[in-house]
Amino acid sequence: MSAIQIAKRKSRWPRWARRGLMENIATAIIAIGFLMLFQPFALSLYTYSFITMLAGTVMFIIVSKFPE
Amino acid sequence: MLDRTADNVARATPEPLAKKIRGISDKGLAWLFISPTILLLLAINIFPLFWAIYLSFTNYRANRPNEVVKNLGLANYQRILGDHDIWIAMQTTAHFVFWTILLQTVIGFTLAWLIDRKFRGHAFWTTIILVPMMLSPAVVGNFWRFLYEPQIGLFSYVISFVTGIPPTNVQMLSNVELAPWAIIIVDTWMWTPYVMLICLAGLRSIPEYIYEAAEVDRASNWRQFWSITLPMALPFIMLAVLFRGIENFKMFDMVNLLTGGGPGSTTEVASITLKRQAFESWRTGYSSAFAIILFVAVFGLANIYVKALNKVKQR
Repeated sequence: MSAIQIAKRKSRWPRWARRGLMENIATAIIAIGFLMLFQPFALSLYTYSFITMLAGTVMFIIVSKFPE
Repeated sequence: MLDRTADNVARATPEPLAKKIRGISDKGLAWLFISPTILLLLAINIFPLFWAIYLSFTNYRANRPNEVVKNLGLANYQRILGDHDIWIAMQTTAHFVFWTILLQTVIGFTLAWLIDRKFRGHAFWTTIILVPMMLSPAVVGNFWRFLYEPQIGLFSYVISFVTGIPPTNVQMLSNVELAPWAIIIVDTWMWTPYVMLICLAGLRSIPEYIYEAAEVDRASNWRQFWSITLPMALPFIMLAVLFRGIENFKMFDMVNLLTGGGPGSTTEVASITLKRQAFESWRTGYSSAFAIILFVAVFGLANIYVKALNKVKQR
């Protein structure tokens, strides 16, 4: 099998679960958690900020191993 | 000469040891060399992290080591994430992080843009601008305390000279309104050169031919700035913002030296609250939980930082 054929071979990994997109989603969740931690408007948002950041960070660690 | 030394060393090595070394593969040898560093890393970084995670679920107090340690589950986390005072400390941190990053980015980028003009003596001025960054935070904190002194401080006299307010009325560190700004000014003074350096690297990485093409198309300087300079330097600016964000989020030394969190709790950022809980109230379990929350926040930011760094590398 030539190098071009290998490059053209389609990955069986679903398109929606590719690293780029999933990393962006994880980054957005971390950013939202960070904003929730610092915002001065609602204590309830602050309460749930940690779990949001933790979910985003864990997701980032996992999806950064996904194929491109 | 080297061969002879190697032969002598080989001959001097005891036979059982020589046999053992001969049996080690390249990979094994590599592990042998890096294992002291890994062990040190495990002892200094990894073990305390897991120990802090364990303590965060307990009521442990470091000043009462003989007391029975109870498992509290998630109670420490629930208490911190519902505590109004800690929420206020987070907002103080946010205020501090926002303004320092904004000022450092704007001033740092402007300085980088000016230095990039390559005027006569630009290397000298670059060195002068970089001086604050090279100083120790302890030294900077102490001498800014003197500069802010209402009686003898140079800063108070300059403000007095410009505004006409008597210098004794310019109480930067003891005024509730001014104290947060006093810290912001010092941090901006110290770390703007760092942002400038990163921005300068970004500006120097823009190929000259792009500007030449823009000149051919008769693009104005303003247009060139908005369409070439800023977009191409943006990943570097993002990098500087993220790095300073992470650093300022866990800022402790400067605040502790300048105000110690006061007056009252107006400059009590998260790290000062953490220190007070851990070493004044001796609530070790509680402060461990708080430290883990801050760690997750910094770790999340660090992930974004690495992602931005990879983007810059791909350019």
